[in-house]
Amino acid sequence: MTGLFLAWYLLYVLLADYAHEFMSQKLFGNINVALVFGLLQFLSTFLITWAYIRFADRKLDPLSAEIRASLEETP
Amino acid sequence: MTHPLAAGTVGTPAVNIGIFAVFVLITLVIVFRASRSSKTAVDFYAAGHAFTGPQNGIAIAGDYLSAASFLGIAGAIAIYGYDGFLYSIGFLVAWLVALLLVAELLRNTGKYTMADVLSFRMKQKPVRTAAATSTLAVSFFYLLAQMAGAGGLVALLLGVTSKTGQAVVIAIVGVIMIAYVLIGGMRGTTWVQIIKAVLLIIGAAVMTVWVLSKFGFNLSNLLGEAVEKGGKAGETLLYPGAQYGKTGTTKLDFLSLGLALVLGTAGLPHVLMRFYTVPTAKEARRSVTWAIGLIGLFYLFTLVLGYGAGALVGPAEIKAAPGGVNSAAPLLAFHLGGEILLGLIAAVAFATILAVVAGLTITASASFAHDIYANVIKDGAADDKAAEVRVARITAVVIGLVAILGGILANGQNVAFLVALAFAVAASANLPTILYSLFWKRFNTSGALWSIYGGLIVTVVLIVFSPVVSGKPVDPKTGKSLSMLQGVDFHWFPLDNPGLVSIPVSFLLGYLGTVLSKDKADAAKYAEMEVRALTGHGAEQAVQH
Repeated sequence: MTGLFLAWYLLYVLLADYAHEFMSQKLFGNINVALVFGLLQFLSTFLITWAYIRFADRKLDPLSAEIRASLEETP
Repeated sequence: MTHPLAAGTVGTPAVNIGIFAVFVLITLVIVFRASRSSKTAVDFYAAGHAFTGPQNGIAIAGDYLSAASFLGIAGAIAIYGYDGFLYSIGFLVAWLVALLLVAELLRNTGKYTMADVLSFRMKQKPVRTAAATSTLAVSFFYLLAQMAGAGGLVALLLGVTSKTGQAVVIAIVGVIMIAYVLIGGMRGTTWVQIIKAVLLIIGAAVMTVWVLSKFGFNLSNLLGEAVEKGGKAGETLLYPGAQYGKTGTTKLDFLSLGLALVLGTAGLPHVLMRFYTVPTAKEARRSVTWAIGLIGLFYLFTLVLGYGAGALVGPAEIKAAPGGVNSAAPLLAFHLGGEILLGLIAAVAFATILAVVAGLTITASASFAHDIYANVIKDGAADDKAAEVRVARITAVVIGLVAILGGILANGQNVAFLVALAFAVAASANLPTILYSLFWKRFNTSGALWSIYGGLIVTVVLIVFSPVVSGKPVDPKTGKSLSMLQGVDFHWFPLDNPGLVSIPVSFLLGYLGTVLSKDKADAAKYAEMEVRALTGHGAEQAVQH
C-alpha cells in the first residue's frame, strides 16, 4: 500500500515537473489538469486513511488483542 | 481606506500586539495549570501518555502547521502560483508514511523519544547518541526557520524594520516559548498547540470563505483574477513551472523537494514524540487520522488564500512589503477585514510560531536529557528522575537561547524553504534508520550508525555547498543574491534541496553498514521488538493522576 501511494505521488511530482503542457490544459474555466491532479492527491490521501482505519479496526486490532491476551496469560 | 503601507506597516501595531498579548496571557494561565502535573519524567516528556487520540490529533496539526504552512505557502502560491501548492501536497501525503509505517509501531516500542525505538535492539549508547545528534540537528534547522519567520512577521506587523528591533522581538518570542516549555513541559506545550490549531483553522476558514465570497464562490473566477493581477507571470501561475521549471537543474530540484517533503515528516523527531502522548497505539492511529483531516483541510484553505492574495493584493505589493513573500497572508487579511482581522491573523501567526518552537524545544531538550544524560552519561540509572527533568529544563533554556540567536542571523530567508531543508535532513538521517530498524531483521548497530551519521553528514555537506549558502546570482535591482552568504561562492552541488541525493545515499549507507560489519543482529531482540510493535504488549501505560 505504501509503495502504491508513493508511486502515485511520484507520478504526480514527475508530471508536475516535466509535463507542463499536459498539466496546463484547462478543463473547466480556469481549472486545469494540474489543479485537478493536485486535488486528487488530497482525495487519495483521505481515502487511503479511511481504508486503513477500517482495515486496522477489523483485522489488525482483534489480532493483536488476541496475541496480547495469550501473552499475558502465559506465566 | 488608508494604504496599508502608508506608515511602513500594516494595520496598527497596537491592535496587533494587543491581540497577541491576550493569546499569550490565556495560554500562560493554561500552562501554569498544566505545570502542577509536570514533575516526573513521564509527565514532562510525554504528558503521562494521557491525551486522547483526537486531542493529540489537533495538537499534531498545531505542531505541524507552522509559519511555513501559513505564511510561506500562501506567499509562494501568491507569487509563484502552482509551484507553491506543491509544498502542501508533499506536506500532506507525507502523513500516510507516518500513518501506515511509523505511528503505532513507534508508540508500542518506545517510551519518550525516537532514540528509544532506534536503540531498542542495538547497542544503546552509540545509537542513542547518534539519534540524539540527529534530533538536535533537525530541530535546529526547523527552529531557525520558525524564528526567521518571526522576524519577517515583526517587520510587517509591528513596523519594525530595523534589524535590531526585529532581533529584540525575536528574543521576546524566544523567551515566552522557553517559559511554556520550562513551566508546562509536554502537557503545557500540547495545550498551546491545541489552542493554536483551533485558532489557526478557524481563522483560515473565515478568510477562505470571505475570499471565495468575493468571487461568487467560484474558484475559476478567483484563479482568473489572480492571473490578471499576476502581471508578467500571468497564466503560468496556474500550472507548475513558474518557480522550478526553468532549467533541467531546477526541475531536478523540484523532484528533490518533493521527495524530501513526503519522506521527511515521518522522520521529524518532534512529530514522532507526539505519538507518545497517548495511552495506546490505537489512539496514536486516531491522532494521525485527525491530524490528516485537519492538515488536509488547512492546505485546501491555503490554496484559496494564496491565489486570493495574488488576486486581491497582487504580487507586486506583496513583494514590496516588509516581510516580502511571507507577507501575503497578513496583507490579504488587511484587505478583507481591515485592522481587526489583520490583528487576529497576525496574533494567530505569532501563536503558530510559538506553538511550533515550543514543540521543537521540548523535543530537543527531552532528547538531550533522556537519551544523552540519562542513558549515555548516567548509564540508565533511574534513581534521580528529578535530576533528569532538571537537565531537560536547563537544556530547554539553552536551546531557546540558541534559537533566538539563530533566528536573528537567519532573518530574511523564506520560511517554507528553510523548513524543506529540515525535512531533507529528517528524511535522510532518520527515516531510513527508523524503517530498517522496524522492518529489517538483519539491521544492526553499525548499520544504524552509518545511516544516521552518514545521512546527516551528507545532507549538511550538500546544503553547505549548495546555492542556498553561496553562489546565487546577484539581483541587479537589490544588489544582493538570495544566498545566505553574500560575496562568496563555493557551491558545487547544483540543487537547493539535497533530498534527491541524500535520501538514497542514506538508505545505501544503512545497508552497507549492516552487511559490511561482522556484528550479527540480535534475532531474539528483533522478535521481541516485532511482537511489542505489532501487538502493544509491554507498551508504556498511561499514568493516572
